[in-house]
Amino acid sequence: MVDQNVKDRIEQDIKGNDVVLYMKGTPVFPQCGFSAAVVQVLSTVGVKFKGINILEDPGLRQGLKDYSNWPTFPQLYVKGELVGGCDIVREMYESGELQSLLADKGVATGANA
Amino acid sequence: MAMEAAVIEKLIREGIPDATVEIADLRGDGDHYAALVTSAAFKGKSRVQQHQMVYAALQGRMGGELHALALTTAVPEGA
Repeated sequence: MVDQNVKDRIEQDIKGNDVVLYMKGTPVFPQCGFSAAVVQVLSTVGVKFKGINILEDPGLRQGLKDYSNWPTFPQLYVKGELVGGCDIVREMYESGELQSLLADKGVATGANA
Repeated sequence: MAMEAAVIEKLIREGIPDATVEIADLRGDGDHYAALVTSAAFKGKSRVQQHQMVYAALQGRMGGELHALALTTAVPEGA
């Protein structure tokens, strides 16, 4: 069960921002190779995103694992939905699926971000 | 903490009986593996759901005892 306060905060984040990346560290100073890899993909695609450092918030860290039934970080959300972790985001980027997902969801990328 | 490749393979097979599992130990430290899991049970499921099935088979070890598993899932041809 996810603590209600944590659940509210998660939902506020992922519904209040088109693209949210829960990560270890910050976009400028990622503290994990997997988190850094996703930050790299997002900046290459040129999409604005909100980076949230779960290392500073143990309650949020555990809450997210339960909320999404996803045991690791980073976790990427687009329009409130879990897209996946580093493996999936990289796979989708290489196949172009990430770019089309963002376009389908009306999230600006590249020059017009 | 680390896990043996054979243990990972066994757990995945027990959780997803028809799965074929290929595992590579990325750094030889028992903590960073890559795995390709192929199963007809993944058919029609999103990548997130497929990966969640593998994590469920690992019974909570993912992210704890097993620090990093670069996971790729696939549906067998013709499934």
